[in-house]
Amino acid sequence: MAIGQTFLGLLEAKPRHGYDLKRAYDERFGADRPLHYGQVYATLSRLLKNGLVEVDGVEPGEGPERKRYAITEAGITDVAGWLATPEKPEPYLQNTLYAKVVLALLTGRSAAEVLDTQRAEHLRFMRDLTHRKTHGDLADQLICDFALFHLEADLRWLELTAARLDQLRAEVTP
Amino acid sequence: MTTPLLTATALHKRYGETDALAGADLTVTAGEVLAIMGPSGSGKSTLLHCIAGIVTPDSGRIEYDGVDMTAMSDSRRSALRRTEFGFVFQFGQLVPELTCLENVALPLRMNGVARKAAEQRAADWLAKLEVSDVARKRPGQVSGGQGQRVAVARALVAEPRLLFADEPTGALDSLNGEAVMRHLTSAAAELGTAVVLVTHEARVAAYSHREIVVRDGRTRTVVAAAS
Ligand SMILES: Nc1ncnc2c1ncn2[C@@H]1O[C@H](COP(=O)(O)OP(=O)(O)OP(=O)(O)O)[C@@H](O)[C@H]1O
Ligand SMILES: [Mg+2]
Repeated sequence: MAIGQTFLGLLEAKPRHGYDLKRAYDERFGADRPLHYGQVYATLSRLLKNGLVEVDGVEPGEGPERKRYAITEAGITDVAGWLATPEKPEPYLQNTLYAKVVLALLTGRSAAEVLDTQRAEHLRFMRDLTHRKTHGDLADQLICDFALFHLEADLRWLELTAARLDQLRAEVTP
Repeated sequence: MTTPLLTATALHKRYGETDALAGADLTVTAGEVLAIMGPSGSGKSTLLHCIAGIVTPDSGRIEYDGVDMTAMSDSRRSALRRTEFGFVFQFGQLVPELTCLENVALPLRMNGVARKAAEQRAADWLAKLEVSDVARKRPGQVSGGQGQRVAVARALVAEPRLLFADEPTGALDSLNGEAVMRHLTSAAAELGTAVVLVTHEARVAAYSHREIVVRDGRTRTVVAAAS
């Protein structure tokens, strides 16, 4: 799961403090594995160093949790690029894809396009496997079929999610 | 540069209150396998029926080999369907009273080929699709998978330039579906026949060269990022 880009997407929706960011992430994407504070601040300092976020306010007191972070123009470009780039087709992508869809909705981008881009990438890979399978021996067929059935399951999820985007938008956007 | 065999632009088709097609575009290049995907009710079959000259769109243009199909007379259009197109549907739609061999020979007979020659070519096609054993049986006496292979043979026997297939594996299990797709695509490739394949199954669409997606009667083309 791409924590950095997920943070950027959440920050594009609105500036947040570190603890607020962790809570938003855990609530939406961290169901089984909440982030450690160490991860949160390490990620934020990397994003700061790369100019993708900036500190846009510090509350009086001590410690990193006083800082409020906002996304920069470079950060927005980074999110846009990430959402437009399909994930490498492989089983168990659902966390990253789900995060992309939710973040596209939160930032007012086209979630349908995220899904369509991914579907095209999956099909491209499935075509390669099908080609290999039809020109190979039985072992090739079985190995390729294993991957094909898994990728098909991803595609069914993409299709189902596309059909539920309006519902999801109503749930995730305030 | 490849020249398009069939080009459809801005197709609209309304059934009562339903916009089955609301601006669909598509191009088929000679010899390619094009998959039409999309959710149920999105307009895939309507699109296929329009470009195959079975249904007339309310508006839009369909050019086959440079000629406007919507402007053709009915008899000219049905002649085109008979001589240039082949069809496979979800349920074979074989003639129940004829044997499988006679079914495959039928398109040739309708194009004026003598009975003996037609049945010889039909037998060759059944052999190619590995269903010679059902030649003397009637469609009601063969399995779904065998029936679909017979249907593919019948669709290709007259060597059409364009094959239309609507969910050709929709009623089959995975193993039989795979066999039908393998046979269909390899036979079409041998003949240089282009295929327009409607399917909602990704594993079936993976036999195509490219896909278009229909949503709410509109076509979308998404080009996969090059890796
Ligand atoms: N002959 C008809 N009369 C009335 N409505 C029709 C007719 N044919 C199609 N429709 C309607 O047009 C829309 C598109 O139908 P179409 O059959 O093209 O969808 P499809 O994408 O092929 O769906 P499926 O995957 O379920 O086969 C649907 O809402 C359908 O109910
Ligand atoms: Mg249909």
